[in-house]
Amino acid sequence: MAFDATNVTINAWRRENGRVGVRNHVIILPVDDISNAACEAVGNNVKGTLALPHSYGRLQFGEDLDLHFRTMIGTGANPNVAAVIVIGIEPEWTKTIVDGIAETGKPVTGFSIEQNGDFETIRKASWKAKEYVHWATELQKEPCPLTDLWVSTKCGESDTTTGLGSCPTVGNMYDKLIPQGLYGCFGETSEITGAEHICEARAANPEAAAKFMKIFQAYQDDVIFAHQTDDLSDSQPTKGNILGGLSTIEEKALGNLEKIGRTSTYIDAMGPAEAPEKGPGLYYMDTSSAAAECVTLMAAAGYVIHTFPTGQGNVVGNPIVPVIKITANPRTVRTMSEHVDVDVSGILRREMTIDEAGDSLIDMITRTANGRATAAEALGHREFVMTKLYRSA
Amino acid sequence: MSIPQLLVHDLRDNVGVVVVEDLTAGTDMLCVVTEDNSDFRLTAKADIPIGHKVALKDLAEGDTIIKYGVDIGRMVGPAGTGEHVHTHNLKTKRW
Repeated sequence: MAFDATNVTINAWRRENGRVGVRNHVIILPVDDISNAACEAVGNNVKGTLALPHSYGRLQFGEDLDLHFRTMIGTGANPNVAAVIVIGIEPEWTKTIVDGIAETGKPVTGFSIEQNGDFETIRKASWKAKEYVHWATELQKEPCPLTDLWVSTKCGESDTTTGLGSCPTVGNMYDKLIPQGLYGCFGETSEITGAEHICEARAANPEAAAKFMKIFQAYQDDVIFAHQTDDLSDSQPTKGNILGGLSTIEEKALGNLEKIGRTSTYIDAMGPAEAPEKGPGLYYMDTSSAAAECVTLMAAAGYVIHTFPTGQGNVVGNPIVPVIKITANPRTVRTMSEHVDVDVSGILRREMTIDEAGDSLIDMITRTANGRATAAEALGHREFVMTKLYRSA
Repeated sequence: MSIPQLLVHDLRDNVGVVVVEDLTAGTDMLCVVTEDNSDFRLTAKADIPIGHKVALKDLAEGDTIIKYGVDIGRMVGPAGTGEHVHTHNLKTKRW
């Protein structure tokens, strides 16, 4: 395709480790559920900070604990975050997360509540958070190549218009930008069902294909067959999908896969919240298809902008990553326009080509990177949801 | 090109998708195949909501439904040409 991103630059923050961030958050990160209150108090004391309360972090073990640490460290390490305050109930797991984030070179300080209480912890953490806000707000943006961005995707409240319009729009963007150095990411293991043979064939190499199929089969065996009561027809497609005209999981999966375009191939298949390790290109990530969980995992892997096609109108956002909503459904544009960043309903009227739609998305990614607040940001959607693999001890 | 009422992904498909609101039974639909921009006409036999599927040929119980040129499930009830195809007559082969 003719699109040339070589000279397209954005103004963004180049972090200590060389990565490019498009937001400049100072976050207050709880290690565990019982430290949420202290984090929210610090967030309230010091304006310009953002507390990220969540539901877990106690008595987890094994792979589930690994994923918890990976998600916490990855969130703090994300280039959209300038500096981090970590607060946990006890010092050891707090230190694990602080040390992990510190590898990026960004400022991070941990506080623990035991033997201090909430009051003293909040007092000390607030002083440090204020110092970080002064420091972060003086950081200057600089011109960076558009293709230095890491851009993830996941669709939600899909219907048949997502497969016709908004998902191919994302696919067209990837087909244009991935060959020029962009990092991409797609996932949603459950919603590949029915199109897994097509997804397998889109791997760039046999190792990536084998890793994808292993992830897919593990999901079928450990999740679906282990927990199914009759079938998944009440969950996949969702009730919203069915209202939108999707009848089967196969139909939904084929629309979902339109997000990787016509020519893009994925170079690796990763576990949840794992950071890509094979250089620029498209990656598959093993994620739930639940919107907030998936976006949280991709943000923790280091992606800084998320593209989100929707049909019936999913409203999800993320606290640290701008989520760009794209829809081709004219009814959703009519009834939910406050949630829509990119209207590609012209595709359905044959007034807009997929190529033009892809260009309009690239334009919106550029504007978002330069600072335009997404609909989800303007509306305060900050869903931060940890993925839990199994019950705690 | 005038605005189509129905879009079809692939020439092999036996269903298409309504892409306008308030489609009523009896509408003479302009149908466009996105794969090659070819078009044809078909009469809608029911009021079918935007996003929902229409049978492009007579479909019997047991028939495989093709969309994107790929198997998306099987008919568990019949649908005549121009009729609504959805969860009442189409089911996954997976679960």
